[in-house]
Amino acid sequence: MKQRGAKGLRLFAVMSLSALAFHLFAEVAWAQEIAGGRTYGDFPIVGGRVAVWVAAQVHLLFAAFVLGVPMFAVVAEGWGMFGGEAKYDRLAKEFTRLLLVAYSATAIWGAILSFLLITIYPNLWIYLAEIFEVSMWIYVALFFFESFTLYLYYYGWDRWNRGRAKLGHLTLGILLNVFGTAVMLIANSWLTYMMSPPADVGPDTAPGMVQAWSAFANATWMPINIHRAIANVVFGGAIVGAYAAYRFLLAKTDEERAHYDWMGYVGNLIAIFALLVLPFAGYYLGREIYEYNQQMGITMMGGFMSWLWIIQAFLIGVLFLTGNYYLWIGMGRIPGAERFAPYTKYMLVVLIVGVIVWATPHTMIANREEIAAMGGNLHPFLGVLGVMSAKNTAVNIMILTTFLSFLLYWRANNEPTVRWARTGTIVQGAMFVIAALIVVFYGVYGYFVSAIVRIGFSVYQVGAVIATIVGVVVINVFMMRGAKSRGAIRWGQMPPRSQYALFILAVTFTWLMGLMGFARSGIRQHWHVWEVVRDTSEWAATPALGYAAVVISACVLIFFVLVAFIFWLGGLAEKPFEAGAGADASSSPGGPELAPAAGD
Amino acid sequence: MGKYLKHPLGQAGVVLFLAYLLFDFGIAYIPPLFGIASAPIPNSVLLQYLITVSVGILIWVSDNEARWAEFKEPMHRVMVDPDLKTARNSLMVLIPILVALMTFSQVRPTVAAPTTLRSIHPAPPGRIDFQGTTLELGSLQNPLRSRGSMEEHYEEGKRVYYENCIACHGDGLDGQGHYAHAFSPVPVSFQDIGTIAQLTESYVFWRVAKGGPGLPNEGAPWNSAMPAWEDFLTQDEIWSVIIFLYEQAGHEPRTFEEEGGEGEVE
Repeated sequence: MKQRGAKGLRLFAVMSLSALAFHLFAEVAWAQEIAGGRTYGDFPIVGGRVAVWVAAQVHLLFAAFVLGVPMFAVVAEGWGMFGGEAKYDRLAKEFTRLLLVAYSATAIWGAILSFLLITIYPNLWIYLAEIFEVSMWIYVALFFFESFTLYLYYYGWDRWNRGRAKLGHLTLGILLNVFGTAVMLIANSWLTYMMSPPADVGPDTAPGMVQAWSAFANATWMPINIHRAIANVVFGGAIVGAYAAYRFLLAKTDEERAHYDWMGYVGNLIAIFALLVLPFAGYYLGREIYEYNQQMGITMMGGFMSWLWIIQAFLIGVLFLTGNYYLWIGMGRIPGAERFAPYTKYMLVVLIVGVIVWATPHTMIANREEIAAMGGNLHPFLGVLGVMSAKNTAVNIMILTTFLSFLLYWRANNEPTVRWARTGTIVQGAMFVIAALIVVFYGVYGYFVSAIVRIGFSVYQVGAVIATIVGVVVINVFMMRGAKSRGAIRWGQMPPRSQYALFILAVTFTWLMGLMGFARSGIRQHWHVWEVVRDTSEWAATPALGYAAVVISACVLIFFVLVAFIFWLGGLAEKPFEAGAGADASSSPGGPELAPAAGD
Repeated sequence: MGKYLKHPLGQAGVVLFLAYLLFDFGIAYIPPLFGIASAPIPNSVLLQYLITVSVGILIWVSDNEARWAEFKEPMHRVMVDPDLKTARNSLMVLIPILVALMTFSQVRPTVAAPTTLRSIHPAPPGRIDFQGTTLELGSLQNPLRSRGSMEEHYEEGKRVYYENCIACHGDGLDGQGHYAHAFSPVPVSFQDIGTIAQLTESYVFWRVAKGGPGLPNEGAPWNSAMPAWEDFLTQDEIWSVIIFLYEQAGHEPRTFEEEGGEGEVE
């Protein structure tokens, strides 16, 4: 086993160094060769733009994975270390094993992207390289450190597993996250510069005259950093959930099923909880884009790209429905959950109404007869659902409902024993009702005030929802101390369709990233760098939405084919599953195994 | 009958049928009973709503093992029960026919123009040329709001509106002018919360000044018959009619945040 590990280490080291070497030397050589030559290159069959697009998208998807997973791998390791629960440590190690191959894939697609950019968009590459050369060098150095920290983190897992050595190992995990995040921050500066270059940079500004720091910390840099950092956690959770589902469906023993059921639950929990805060980060990004340039903002939200938001609304509706569905099915394996089962249909109705409201288009797709009947593209009655007052209300109510599902799941097999349990439950219920009333009140009131006031209302709505989530969690943590268990969760006793729900979550997240990434990038329209470097290639026109959807779907397909291979490899390198190595939960009746009940 | 309604499959069918009635007829005909304007919803939206409800129904029937088994049981029985051979064979014929009919109705050539996506608010350019002057739309403010009397501007705007705009946009600013029904799409209703209430004054200025001919390519396809009013009105006349529109429709223009003149997003 050790020998195999050492070979693996060498293989990864050689691959990474090769990628780096190509990355470094080839860029310089190619850039010099083409500096005085052609403006644009081409790529067979699909054309230059699609080639770069696919490379960038698939690279980004892998990068999101390798940035998101270490975040909760290290948290899980810490939890296992300080909480004394070995199953978290095993979970963290399994997460990390997936990272190794995914990390190589990220590097390979990064190299492909670099080569394609150099050969197809040489002038743009040289322009960006002149502004960002220092950050590019730092990027490579960080990439180097990140790679070897990852190898140490994974291969040192069993050796440094006690005492101070374990603490050192945890530190390696933290360092891995620090390097990874720094790499993301640098790459984000390059792409956000293309969207929002500093105001004093114009078409006549020589790249050498652009101040490096103002280019780096441009207007949309920090919003993208925050949005991506949270989205990476969501994405990592979803992919881990999909991996667990894959292993669950292939499992041959009850122990395996129990372990991967639990792993899928944890992945889903992380993904859904991080998803709940993602809209706020997205809102901040959208706001900054508007502030930077009104035209760009209107293209994104009201113009050509606005149709993507309808697709996004629909897909996020799928996420909410699927996430809740997984929890509701999961309640079938929790003793005591049956007392909550009658309520799920009401929550489902609320979610369905929420999805309908959220995905109702402001401007409807209609033929001439339908337009004539409506008196325009705005529906005289449903038009009220097309504006943000309705959307904000719908999404906040959906978030509250999803949180309620989680709360029921959490409390399903627990019987609180504290004296104030009834009062606590009433207070929790009141918090939900008050939050819902606040959300609906400001949603309706928003129709009667100016836009600037209405925007402020969304803060009250979000505030009410977040306060409720935090308040209810705090009350529940204290209420569940010393709770009497109604029986152990029967980990592993999940129907296969629950696992397909995890696949749907992963694919939907991936699709969303591609579609909304296109919206963000596409609003630059015919500019490489907004109003500074114009795209004069044959591919300058912003692609039609249908065309973009096909390209993005192809990227999602490529990504999942590769991910399926990685999942397969994950199983290949594993020693036979040891009895009892799964969720200890399955064998300890009466214990509060449901992770959140234990204080998660 | 009651037996079927107690079965999950029967309940699913009833819910889907009721949802269809509500979306296809209820939305069009119930609000007018209460004096609220409405219209039939387009097929694209109907389909979207029905898919959402269908997903909800599938979730409901399958989130519980017993209900899921009960839901599938009749379908399974039709597929394997020797006594149901006639029903099985009938379905084998009926389902492909139904699919064929649906396919035919989708691809059947009609005289109607194809359904199109349309951007109600296409993105404005960064700057425009107005009667020889370059105006930066991003920072453009209505100069009349800081100059002279608002009452006079309102009256001037009213004059401009009734001399130039009323024929299409209507006396009630609701897009129901005398000529309105000759156009497709009809002129916008300024009363609607989805039109000028969502826009800054500089955006409205651009739309009025440049009209249909001045719309950007990314706004296409755009069938606007509005003339470019820069050929007929002065800059102050356009600004005054914008003041009139907002005042009369009871909306406030979208504003820039006070701190540092920053924009906003909703």
